[in-house]
Amino acid sequence: MSTLTPAAPRKSGHARSTSRASSTTGPLRRGKSRMDPTRNNTAAGLAAWLLALLFAAPVVWMILTSFHSETDAATNPPSIAANLTLDAYREFFGETSGVSPWPSMINSATASILSTVLVLVLAIPATYALSIRPVKKWTDVMFFFLSTKMMPVVAAILPLYLFARTVGALDNIWFLILMYTSMNLPIAVWMMRSFLAEVPVEMLEAAQIDGANLLLTLRKIIAPVAMPGIAATALICFIFSWNELLLARVLTGVVAGTAPVFLTGFVSGQGLFLAKVCAAAVVISLPVLFAGFAAQDKLVQGLSLGAVK
Amino acid sequence: MTTATARISRPGRSAAKPSRDNRSRERALAWARRAPLLPALIFLIVVTQLPFVVTLIISFLNWNSLSPDRTAFAGLENYLTVLTDPDLRQAIFTTILLTVSVVLASLLIGLGLALLLDKKFIGRGLARTLLIAPFLVVPVAAALIWKHALLNPTYGLINGILTWVWSLFGSATAPQLDLLSQAPMMAVIVSLVWQWTPFMMLILLAGLQSRPMDTVEAAQMDGATPWAIFRHLTLPHLRQYLELGGLLGAIYIVQNFDAVFTLTAGGLGTANLPYAIYQTFYFANEYGLASAAGVVVVIGTIIVATFALRTVFSLFKKEAAR
Repeated sequence: MSTLTPAAPRKSGHARSTSRASSTTGPLRRGKSRMDPTRNNTAAGLAAWLLALLFAAPVVWMILTSFHSETDAATNPPSIAANLTLDAYREFFGETSGVSPWPSMINSATASILSTVLVLVLAIPATYALSIRPVKKWTDVMFFFLSTKMMPVVAAILPLYLFARTVGALDNIWFLILMYTSMNLPIAVWMMRSFLAEVPVEMLEAAQIDGANLLLTLRKIIAPVAMPGIAATALICFIFSWNELLLARVLTGVVAGTAPVFLTGFVSGQGLFLAKVCAAAVVISLPVLFAGFAAQDKLVQGLSLGAVK
Repeated sequence: MTTATARISRPGRSAAKPSRDNRSRERALAWARRAPLLPALIFLIVVTQLPFVVTLIISFLNWNSLSPDRTAFAGLENYLTVLTDPDLRQAIFTTILLTVSVVLASLLIGLGLALLLDKKFIGRGLARTLLIAPFLVVPVAAALIWKHALLNPTYGLINGILTWVWSLFGSATAPQLDLLSQAPMMAVIVSLVWQWTPFMMLILLAGLQSRPMDTVEAAQMDGATPWAIFRHLTLPHLRQYLELGGLLGAIYIVQNFDAVFTLTAGGLGTANLPYAIYQTFYFANEYGLASAAGVVVVIGTIIVATFALRTVFSLFKKEAAR
């Protein structure tokens, strides 16, 4: 942002594209001017691809096994070329057992989506008061938010459990939603502050001088710059809520149990179940995979709480 | 940003003697500025800080919910138990071992991967996407896959591959691993390293790509070896990113529950503090003891967090100063 001189274009779209451009042309320009780039890079590329395949292998194996029959899945050595079938998925969706995973997945979706909405409702105004029109001691507030994230869940879970039991909120999805909101709120505030901080001060000042009101400023200047960041923040909050196990396990039961809780109770230990487990893992991971790849551009900035661009 | 912040947030500085009217208007303005912040702040205090205060109080009680009539003030007894009970001491040790080994291993592998991905090669984007995949599998699902599809001693993929490779050389007696029962700690560590390496890689890759290239190019002109460039230019630049990745990773891995719960159910010395606390209050109903253990975790986290905050703070200051 320091490169933005007063002479820089003031239209909202431009500021964003200039900052984007400078960050994407960096590595390209660098690649060209490197000495002897080809020889080195073939070896590096081979090594990178080898490691990438090694890291992806468990995921690939999970997907492949989910399309095998139970008998083909449980062989040693592995039957890589076995016939493909959807039996494991039919089993997962309860064809013979009659136990459907849908209630737990709907619970997960409810908890993740509603807690993410609540997080945004609370975090967007808070972030505004921490970056665009900052309160005094806004850094202290930021670090208070961060410190709550450093407190392990186990240090607060017993009182929460006792409270829920006393007021009859155990196994209630709304209580879980509140828990997930508090779990993700500090992360969201940190992420979004770094995205809102990209709104050029010059443009805000210019808008103020021109007499633009708050709504107009929000809509025309802040939203275009902040929207991709807010979207990425929402996706990352969704992932964290969808993945959560400890709180869900302690605070929910048969009614409000989420997908990860369903998954832990899924392995019966009787008979062959490997393909079924893989199918379950694939289905339950799909939303996270989609959300993660959708947020890929901003994943680093989000996960590092905005410390890394 | 700083100039604007300073000017907006201290509107009354220049006025030497503000009248009472002015002062009350200023106060109203300050509250108007604070208002958007308050819902989030109050919500977070109620949901996270209050329960911890209750945990603190319970930690000084002798409270087992199965015998509620014997509930009494216990002083520091629970803390003494946490530090002397062999199982809980083992849990403290396990937590430290798990966190340190997972963070160090995933940082090192992540650094290697980031250095490779920083070079240009065919299909770099796809390789990067493949490398992120482990981070995007639901942790419980990942633990289940490791337990049943990869590490299972009879039909897991790892032993399957060993059998296959050995059979290629005409041997029917391939060595077979059984990490889950012989080195359960190793099983937990391996699965967590697999999940966290992409996280470290992403942060370090971003660090590498923000490296000022002119100095590197100058060093190359002067004939510096790649190792010298890495050692004296790249590594010092990456330091704060290594710290950030390590400390953020540590915060998450200290709290890990999913992998321990799913892979080993805390058996054979793999129960870390979160798992042990879960056991202590959920199954043993020892509320006082569980709370004391929870407070110990918080104290440990505060020690780590002091370092973490310092690192985040230095990056943050740099960014806020722009």
